[in-house]
Amino acid sequence: MNVTTPVSTFELTGRGVQVLPTSSSKATKVLGWLSLLGFAVLVVLAFAWVPQDTRITDQGDVVGQFDAVRLMFVHVPAAILAYSGFGITFLASLGYLRWRTVWWDIMAVSAAEIGVMFGVLTLVTGSIWGRPTWQTWWEWGDVRLVTTLVMVLVFIGYLAVRRIPVQAQVQARRCALIALVGVVNIIIVNRSVDWWENRTLHQQSTLLARKIRDETLFTLTFSLLVGAALFAWLLLHRFRMAYLQSQLEQLEVEQALVERRAESQLHDCQAASALPTQTHLSDAPQEGEDQR
Amino acid sequence: MQQAVRLRAAVTLLGRFPALAGVDLDILPGEVVLLKGANGAGKTTLLRLCAGLCVLSDGQAWVLGHDLNTQRQMVRRRVALMGHSTGLYDELSVTENVSFWGRAARASHKEIHDALELLQLTGRLARTRARQLSAGQRRRACFASLLVRRPELWLLDEPHAGLDQQSRDIVDSLVLSAAQDGATVVMASHELERIQKLQPRVVSVAGGMVDPKAVAHAS
Amino acid sequence: MLRDVWLVVGKDLLIEMRARVGINQIVPFAVIVLLLFAFALDTDQAALRTYAPGLFWVTVLLASLLAIGRSFAVDLADGTSDRLLLSGIEPVAAFLGKVIAIAVQLVVLELLLSLGVLLLFDVSVQRFGLLVSAGLVGALGLAVAGTLYGALVAGLGMRESLLPVLLLPVVAPVMLGATRAFQDAFGVAGAQGWAWLGLLVGFAAIYGLFGALSYGTLLEEA
Repeated sequence: MNVTTPVSTFELTGRGVQVLPTSSSKATKVLGWLSLLGFAVLVVLAFAWVPQDTRITDQGDVVGQFDAVRLMFVHVPAAILAYSGFGITFLASLGYLRWRTVWWDIMAVSAAEIGVMFGVLTLVTGSIWGRPTWQTWWEWGDVRLVTTLVMVLVFIGYLAVRRIPVQAQVQARRCALIALVGVVNIIIVNRSVDWWENRTLHQQSTLLARKIRDETLFTLTFSLLVGAALFAWLLLHRFRMAYLQSQLEQLEVEQALVERRAESQLHDCQAASALPTQTHLSDAPQEGEDQR
Repeated sequence: MQQAVRLRAAVTLLGRFPALAGVDLDILPGEVVLLKGANGAGKTTLLRLCAGLCVLSDGQAWVLGHDLNTQRQMVRRRVALMGHSTGLYDELSVTENVSFWGRAARASHKEIHDALELLQLTGRLARTRARQLSAGQRRRACFASLLVRRPELWLLDEPHAGLDQQSRDIVDSLVLSAAQDGATVVMASHELERIQKLQPRVVSVAGGMVDPKAVAHAS
Repeated sequence: MLRDVWLVVGKDLLIEMRARVGINQIVPFAVIVLLLFAFALDTDQAALRTYAPGLFWVTVLLASLLAIGRSFAVDLADGTSDRLLLSGIEPVAAFLGKVIAIAVQLVVLELLLSLGVLLLFDVSVQRFGLLVSAGLVGALGLAVAGTLYGALVAGLGMRESLLPVLLLPVVAPVMLGATRAFQDAFGVAGAQGWAWLGLLVGFAAIYGLFGALSYGTLLEEA
């Protein structure tokens, strides 16, 4: 969708709908540069500063995740942001069903798109990480893996429904319900998989257990901050894009309304002359006004 | 007196197309109104809006005293809409179809029986599955299934289309008796001379608007 | 309200009995899927016996997609969906009616399929009560979730491909629970069948509640 140049479209109606010509603003520019810079620093930290994850056991063997540990700086923020995205979609869907304004609707779809993106990233990085660390690409018994997969699938379905052209309110309402069911579903799936194979390969949060090295801990925290900035930047842009799109649609509708009304004036004389002779003009609409 | 239909600057969008572009219309209870206009003028959408089947995108609308923005459910059960489709289940017989819609509207056995009788859907025809009916018979069955709802507002979209002479007379007498019983009738039709018998108020619809200059009372 | 529920159930089942789409198309489809499993697993009788519960439920799941699609297609023909909106039937009653009608069809399908599994895959029933309960509650769970999603995609384009995409991830817990319960009932794996039955009951209850609450919102639109 091209929203940066349709100035002429805005001038078409001459009516007072305020349209931002771009999805960017000072705040997003700062955020964007911060995320880019942060990401560059993160790459340096993750590859150059953080040491390999190794530990020497009592038997003298060297064990650990070695270089694979560096994937954590993508995997962990991505997972957290994916769940945040779906959380925002859930809340925005509730908000839409309560207040029925377009703001909530486009917030829901924006967050869902970003959530799916980070969700796929989580699954891919997790799988790559799992190969050297757990000796498997995929483990069906792992609760978090299966839950995340199902969640991403649910929201891919959500986005598929978004792509179908129907009446805006109808789509918004249906999608809001799909998001609500989806999140409820995730809880059920999580519980049932947990029950199914009560085991997980995921380590307990090493963050709290303080088993983590200082360099790694710092870089992980830093990666979370960079991720948050990136997420906010993407969400702001995506939201404003959707908002611009809805404004544009609003303009199109108003344009169509003007044309449609012109059409009715075109028919005025014809309609009046085509009236059956036994009917006579009256001021019925004005009567109606009086009865208000 | 409270209007049966009261529209103020009503806008209805189909997708992004404004099928209704700001309709002002008042219809009193018991009136028979003919919507007249070219194809694509918005007659069908206007009828569907009054039935509570279309979203009111802008403006205000009340039907039978219910606000269409908030109480569409209440409107829906009190109106009868006959559109281009007949709303019959192909696999069910005429009697089963009429009974289903009748019982959904809490009609008694007698009312269902009377409706079938009135539209001459008895004997073999009553037991025929809807799939095997002719277009005219389908329409009569549709009328019967609307009649059992005891609607206060009839919304008829081209009710005479595809009917033979006898069936048209049935439809006309039905509309007349409905109006006499105090129901309001709004219909869209191209068959003007046919409608004259019903002495309707003629309302012109064009370009998604009700033409104020063309609003007229039949003498 | 109960009257309306039975009205809808009666209507749907009567149409289904007349049209015989279930018997003529869906059941043969399910049997063919069972046969394909036998081919895929290379006539290994032991493997077939072990996987019979899973294969049974995958088949039911696939067939249920057809049954749900069919059930909503009936209401789209010739303006009947509009008439249903105008009918005055409570949304909750419309929802429950559809659920029951679909569940009944699924139970009939399961009956025929379990005969097929018993004969073709050579399994024996160890716990009859568990088998019947899991079959019933599993069908109910599929019907509840299926009705909710069937209504969600009804009237949208491409709904034949959309329904599986949306529904299959959601019914994963039914698949899991029902398969475990059947494994226990067939005695092919030591699973806590009755506990899994509890999961199925919970699933049907949660989705039933959700559907009953949201069906009105779904039907609100044109």
